[in-house]
Amino acid sequence: MSSESLIAVILLAPLAAVLLCLLVQRPRPAEFFNLAAAVVVFLAVLALLPHSLSGPQRLADDYLIVDALSTWGLLCVASVYLLSSIYAIGYMRRLSEDARLHRFYALFAGFALTTLSGPLMNNVGVYWIAIELTTLVSTFLVCFELGAESIEAAWKYLVIVSAGISLALLGTVLYYWAGSFALGPSYSLTWAALREVAPRLDPAIATTAFLLVTIGFGTKVGLAPMHTWLPDAHSEGPAPVSAMLSGALLNTAMIGIARFLQVSDAAGSGALPRAAVVALGAFSLFVAALFIVRQTGIKRLMAYSSVEHMGVLALGFGFGGPLGIAGALYHMLNHSLNKSLMFFGAGNAMRAYGSKRIGAIRGLPTRMPVSGWLWLAGAVAITGAPPFGLFRSELTVLRAGLRSDHAWAVYLMLVLLIVIFVGFLAHFRAMYFERAPAAAEELQSEEDIERAQPLRDFPDAWCVVPMALALIPLLALGLWWPDFFARCFAAVAANLSVGGRS
Amino acid sequence: MIATQFPPLAASLFSLMAIGSLLLAFVMLGSRWLKDYLLAFAAQSWLIALLSAAVGYYGNFPELYFIAALTALFRGVVLPWLILRIIARLKVDRELHERLSPSSSLVIGAALVLFAFVVSSHLGRTLHLEGSVAVLALTVMLSMKLIGFLMLAVRGEALSQILGILVLENGIFLGSQILVPGMPLLLELVILFDLLVIVACFGVLVRYLVTHAGVTHARALRRLVG
Repeated sequence: MSSESLIAVILLAPLAAVLLCLLVQRPRPAEFFNLAAAVVVFLAVLALLPHSLSGPQRLADDYLIVDALSTWGLLCVASVYLLSSIYAIGYMRRLSEDARLHRFYALFAGFALTTLSGPLMNNVGVYWIAIELTTLVSTFLVCFELGAESIEAAWKYLVIVSAGISLALLGTVLYYWAGSFALGPSYSLTWAALREVAPRLDPAIATTAFLLVTIGFGTKVGLAPMHTWLPDAHSEGPAPVSAMLSGALLNTAMIGIARFLQVSDAAGSGALPRAAVVALGAFSLFVAALFIVRQTGIKRLMAYSSVEHMGVLALGFGFGGPLGIAGALYHMLNHSLNKSLMFFGAGNAMRAYGSKRIGAIRGLPTRMPVSGWLWLAGAVAITGAPPFGLFRSELTVLRAGLRSDHAWAVYLMLVLLIVIFVGFLAHFRAMYFERAPAAAEELQSEEDIERAQPLRDFPDAWCVVPMALALIPLLALGLWWPDFFARCFAAVAANLSVGGRS
Repeated sequence: MIATQFPPLAASLFSLMAIGSLLLAFVMLGSRWLKDYLLAFAAQSWLIALLSAAVGYYGNFPELYFIAALTALFRGVVLPWLILRIIARLKVDRELHERLSPSSSLVIGAALVLFAFVVSSHLGRTLHLEGSVAVLALTVMLSMKLIGFLMLAVRGEALSQILGILVLENGIFLGSQILVPGMPLLLELVILFDLLVIVACFGVLVRYLVTHAGVTHARALRRLVG
């Protein structure tokens, strides 16, 4: 199939799922529609991958771009969408919300649709709109359970991200203004047009615009200190939504920052833009390390781990060069798979013990044998231990950093990764090997009392299989770097270099 | 047409409207009553709609008339009406949870305008645009942005936060009419888009009120920390 028809399939399948869910209004068919859309999208993205290597293609009157970077972003989103659609079937049935379940799946497919369309947008303004749309749809997924805390999280998410992302709009307007001195008052602001006009932009405006855009999209990516919405939204949504937010959504905003970095390179803005991205990445790692060590909530632990990994991505793109970009892209896919696995495990443990507190989860190997061990393997992987994929990608980012001008960030990153490794696995050690204190009932806060009762026969196969499906490629990617990936990364690096063709 | 090429009469008209909108932002910053706040916002939106029409007339951008009509309709009429209805239903008519008294926030707002002026005159100098309406537009755009963030930071009432976000966007809207009048399609989309943001905000707000009747200030949202 040609790329046009594949893109059409990728965008129309979730749209069809949204419409069918709203039309049929019954829970079981809605599950099926969403899962079918996820499978179709995943297969179409796999078929699209070889097309993307032959060079950038522009479709739909220059509004869509299919290049190696956008296809890679699609691959991450599609994998997470598939895994979390499988998981959602098992997880959402237990919420006893069957009457509203078709609405959940309609929103879920709609969220996937907006997240899939983000990386494909060729017009900078439309890209901004796509990113903002993801916020609007996912807000309602975050507060789907209608608890006081989830509504608080949704409110903070919406206010902080809309306010933050309006800075990105300001930056986009400044880019357009700077470009209008060279191109006239009306032109189409595509990534390619912006890059070509970049050498003629005024450096002061280009730098200001870049910083505004980075802060704006950085809010959406969850880079510290703009990350404050992230732990709330990720911990209060249902587990499949948390996986989508963390594994799919954050990456699509990161792709925009990578493209803007290229523009500022072409504009000759000097060292400041890259230094700013590297500093944000390093600070995210620092904040994440502090909060991981002292964390008490299980899903908040995973959320701060997302802040950490977005920091690693920012460092990779900030270091730049073929090696930095390859490391960052590899890390993106590994993070998508691994964070889905971690949120699935957290959702299982939360339901099985009826509490969100790490302190309430004890003796995991006996309570959840299969998914417990899968989750532990995921925890080892996410802290960057070999032989999993994240070890290789973090090592690649470190190597790229040593070759760049920001070697200080490499040493800081090493120390913080070790702190996170120790802090993160200490929580897992307690959950796996410590016995529950005898007076556990008294220790529980009132927060726990209002939670649902622990579910006895949970997790079932729907909730365990996607964990295994995420872990297998993660292990494979750690042992073996496929040749196809190397070609893909080389294509992205060529596109993102100064004067690249995308 | 770039901002420097407007005729002098047009340029002074634009300046007047831009400064008028900035003053209205200060009215919002200084008022405790949500209704005043809302009226100032509606007036600001009408002023920005007039500004787009004027830029369209003097710069020959017929699309801008359409934008002006949309702005007046959505931001000047529909949104204030929606918010007014919510104010009436919630029976909160004044801001009770400000972290900073209106007078101190006015002083901070003035300092923020100074900062915005320093930044934009610096940018204007590098572009050789000193004293033109473009520098003023940039100043007003950045100041309204900063004032919007200040409102979000010091106001606790949920409705004030929605209005704070709207001020952020009004700022961009105003600046872009003068700086980049040839960017219309995007602006149209953004107007529609803002409506969606607001609708989503209201959706969340109403759900919040359904579960916790009576609490309407975001300062009560403090269970999730750490």
